[in-house]
Amino acid sequence: MDLSFLIIQSLSGLASASSLFITACGLTLVFGVTRIVNFAHGSLYMIGAYTAATLLPRLLELSYGPVSFWTGILITALIVGAIGVLIEVLLLRRIYGAPELFQLLATFGVVLVVQDLVVQVFGPQDILGPRAPGLRAPVEILGRRFPSYELALIAAGPIVLGFVWLLLRKTRFGILVRAATQDRDMVASLGVNQALLFTGTLFLGAFLAGLGGALQTPRVSANTGMDLSIIAECFVVTVVGGMGSVPGAFLAALIIGQLQAFGILIFPKSTLVVVFLLMAFVLAVRPYGFFGRPEIVGGTHAVGIVSRTPRASGTVAALIVLALLACLPLVSDAYLLKVATEILIFALFAFSLQLLIGVGGLVSFGHAAFFGLGAYGAALGVKWLDAPMEAALPLGILFAAAGAALIGAFVVRLSGIYLAMMTLAAAQILYAVAFQWVDVTGGDNGIVGVWPSTWASPRNAYYILTLILCATAVFILKRAIDAPFGYALRAARDSEPRAEAIGLNVRRHRWLAFMLSGAAAGLAGGIYAFSRGSVDPSLLGISTSVDALAMLLLGGIQTIAGPLVGAGVLHTLRDQIMPLTGLWRLFLGVSIIAMVLLFPRGLVGTIRHWREERA
Amino acid sequence: MSTPLLDVRNLTAAYGRAQVLFGLSLQLHPGEVVALVGRNGAGKTTTLKAVLGLVPATAARIAFKEHSLLGLPTYRIARLGLGYVPEDRRIFTDLTVEENLEVGRRSGRVGLSPWTPERLFQLFPNLAEMRGRRGNQMSGGEQQMLSIARTLMGNPAAILLDEPSEGIAPVIVQMMGEAIRTMKAQGVAVLLSEQNWAFAAGISDRACVIERGEIRFEGPMAQLLANETLRAETLGV
Amino acid sequence: MSLLIVHDLSKSFGGVVAARDVAFSLEPAEMLALIGPNGAGKSTLFNMIGGQLRPDRGSVLLDGEAITHASPQERFRQGVGRTFQVAQTFLSMNVAENVQMALISRHDESQALWAPARDRHRAEALSLLDQVGMADAADRPCSTLAYGDVKRVELAIALASQPKLLLMDEPTAGMAPRERAALMDLTASIAASARVGVLFTEHDMDVVFGHATRVLVLLRGEIIAGGTPDEIRRNPRVKQAYLGDDHALARTA
Repeated sequence: MDLSFLIIQSLSGLASASSLFITACGLTLVFGVTRIVNFAHGSLYMIGAYTAATLLPRLLELSYGPVSFWTGILITALIVGAIGVLIEVLLLRRIYGAPELFQLLATFGVVLVVQDLVVQVFGPQDILGPRAPGLRAPVEILGRRFPSYELALIAAGPIVLGFVWLLLRKTRFGILVRAATQDRDMVASLGVNQALLFTGTLFLGAFLAGLGGALQTPRVSANTGMDLSIIAECFVVTVVGGMGSVPGAFLAALIIGQLQAFGILIFPKSTLVVVFLLMAFVLAVRPYGFFGRPEIVGGTHAVGIVSRTPRASGTVAALIVLALLACLPLVSDAYLLKVATEILIFALFAFSLQLLIGVGGLVSFGHAAFFGLGAYGAALGVKWLDAPMEAALPLGILFAAAGAALIGAFVVRLSGIYLAMMTLAAAQILYAVAFQWVDVTGGDNGIVGVWPSTWASPRNAYYILTLILCATAVFILKRAIDAPFGYALRAARDSEPRAEAIGLNVRRHRWLAFMLSGAAAGLAGGIYAFSRGSVDPSLLGISTSVDALAMLLLGGIQTIAGPLVGAGVLHTLRDQIMPLTGLWRLFLGVSIIAMVLLFPRGLVGTIRHWREERA
Repeated sequence: MSTPLLDVRNLTAAYGRAQVLFGLSLQLHPGEVVALVGRNGAGKTTTLKAVLGLVPATAARIAFKEHSLLGLPTYRIARLGLGYVPEDRRIFTDLTVEENLEVGRRSGRVGLSPWTPERLFQLFPNLAEMRGRRGNQMSGGEQQMLSIARTLMGNPAAILLDEPSEGIAPVIVQMMGEAIRTMKAQGVAVLLSEQNWAFAAGISDRACVIERGEIRFEGPMAQLLANETLRAETLGV
Repeated sequence: MSLLIVHDLSKSFGGVVAARDVAFSLEPAEMLALIGPNGAGKSTLFNMIGGQLRPDRGSVLLDGEAITHASPQERFRQGVGRTFQVAQTFLSMNVAENVQMALISRHDESQALWAPARDRHRAEALSLLDQVGMADAADRPCSTLAYGDVKRVELAIALASQPKLLLMDEPTAGMAPRERAALMDLTASIAASARVGVLFTEHDMDVVFGHATRVLVLLRGEIIAGGTPDEIRRNPRVKQAYLGDDHALARTA
């Protein structure tokens, strides 16, 4: 490894840092002022990339030259900025006062909607943008060839930082943004209309996301996966830099760019892991990042289940449902049984999340980590140890519980948004490991041949096994929720100072809750692996986490039965609607947004509310 | 008597379920300085916040210049010309003195010469020497001056001033008194919440004594100064 | 030996001294009021005794044992109960469950996973609620209570630890005037019968002078006076601290 190689490597790290900073800077500005972590920021970036990749060739056809190219980039950013304004006016404005979980879910709804719309508008294929006129030929640096467009990108980061700096220091808008980042109520007391300020901030944030996406098009094809990959990286940058801090984002992007550039030499398969480990390390040492402030983190706004007097009718109803489910194999075909099996699995998965969110007030956005660990634990047992199902399933549970113990140990120190972002990041680390460690996990293809033991192989036998395991697990969790342990979690959620003053060790309880919840999710994952015969990294992906969250939201976060009903309804809908239309994500996204805005109690919660209103 | 600039009738307020104000009424007339005095925890700060809609409150009437303030967003209240200087000052510590003033800037009433940073620097000479300094490098007294100056930049017709003398060196308290007199001379009405009785007595035209969330006395300051029994009972002086 | 001994406790925040060499002691069954103007350091001192803040120097002894660096949880187990300025209860639970939760914690059962919490220690919880006059509301959700009643429930929760020392931060803040005396009468009777030492901060001088057996006055982080309510009432330094320097009038006029 000679010096010129190191320099080239470092330069390409700088180029990635630049484009990462431009995008992340928008996210951090928007968070600083609105206190909303905007998941849709990655979608705006993706729209920027697609728009530029489509627009630039046409502009260059009209008149070939750098002016057309850079004008096109600017127009793209302006278009995306306008879309940001639309999102603010239509959605964000209505949820500034909502609990964090709902804010996160609603903006994730936008992500889903945009994913399908992008395919509708730009087509399903990846689009590579044109190369920049005047920057096509590589330059020679210390005897090595280096793409000149990368040099332009390296310059773009500091230029944007400079512009943002000027905007924030020298314009009234910028001064108001900085003031609002610190104390938005005081800004209102001085007569500033927050709505306009927020809209303006969203325009700026979206403009930067669009710019970041547009600048990528000559290097990377616009593709449908880029929204989630960039948002995860942006989360890391903003969390490491300190939420709301622009210089922090710049510094963090620089470090991460270099870490990726050199990390790839040391651990060729683990660039993502290195990045997320950095985040874990920084948060362990400085819980609010480089330049973040504690007071910037909002309250937890916990919503969750409350005490209810147990009624005999509830137990009877549960037993009747159980009996009906047990009779299902007598009347249904194999396909229906497959669907029913999956519903049971997802019901357990969603219910395990309810222990964290509804009971503990811990907004975990990475619950797929435990589901996936359970599935992979079981599959790896089958693949590498030749374990039978009876041994592989417990192995999966063990995997998931151990993962939950590790992740939980980190995140119980955090709360609110930071906890949500850290759990998401943890799930993304595992996703990256499963994706990149091909030798062990099979990478993108996953592991196949994960079949149940012979006695459980027939559809109806496996269905009954699933029913027994899931019902038992749900029953155990339900007992735990009603037992002192669940009450202690709720106590810490309701009032942390009070919980500590009566001698409860809040962190320890939360850590145990992660393990219990993780083990249950791991069981669900293991059963799922054997029902499909295979595992793949998507089980650990963000969309799996969001499935669980959507089920919880649909059923009702304030109820015990909510996640079970939510899983049933959502999975049935998916089963019915997905074959009919290619727009399932659009449908799901719109539904999530509608539920947050119109229907925050969920199905079970709303029915109960009606009943109580009438009584 | 003229129509009050600020008219509060039967105000109640609570933090969560903790009730702090119990049906309180008060008026502020154009160009006068009214002191809201009372013991620690009597409800002075809450009264000011409730008028501005910063704490949940109910009232038969809260009107400023005959506009009802009930249910109005805070920024609209400020734009009507009602300024607010909070107890904890809440200056923007990341912003310089001049930037803090810029946040407060609004065009004000027609016919009056508006407040400018230069005029405010005359009023508070200390600030003039540190116009480029950030809020986090200022002393408590300097922050208090900046907070008042920032509110004046909005050219308000009235200011709600919460405990301006708290935790501040006597020499600066004196300066604060002069500033309030200057505001009054400019036609700005001031509603002052104050624990420092001597300070309040020295600069106010009228007094409202608040006790446990209710008004115990309302009248000319001279009358309160004369009534030793009431003072001893409610204020302990 | 005194129940609580606070020895030369000091704390500063970034150069601002919030407590300087504060020392005092508290006897069983005593009602000790801590008063002072805003920013005098009452909350800082209170939170150092409650374990929410670490002092820079000094020590806190409960029954002769140092608890200076103990966490709030450990203090609870050694017999420190507390109430908060804005009452902190578990709003998702009913009144009895709030007290049961404290009893569960006292019996180290908070990690139990099987038998329902609502059946545990209910009788004991009801008798504690009876002490504070809230037994009739045992099954009402805590979120539906009037604030004065929430304060009573909070007192019952604090008593569940069988405390030797009760810390009450502004016990009557936010209550209607007529409820205040009732709550303090109740506290005083419990302090007397169970020999609990009570340390409380308070703004309402009627409460202070009507219910405290002794009063400490804090100003700029230091105790400037201590004594019976009568002594404090007559102390000229206290008058000045509370009501402002009389000379300020001359200067501003």
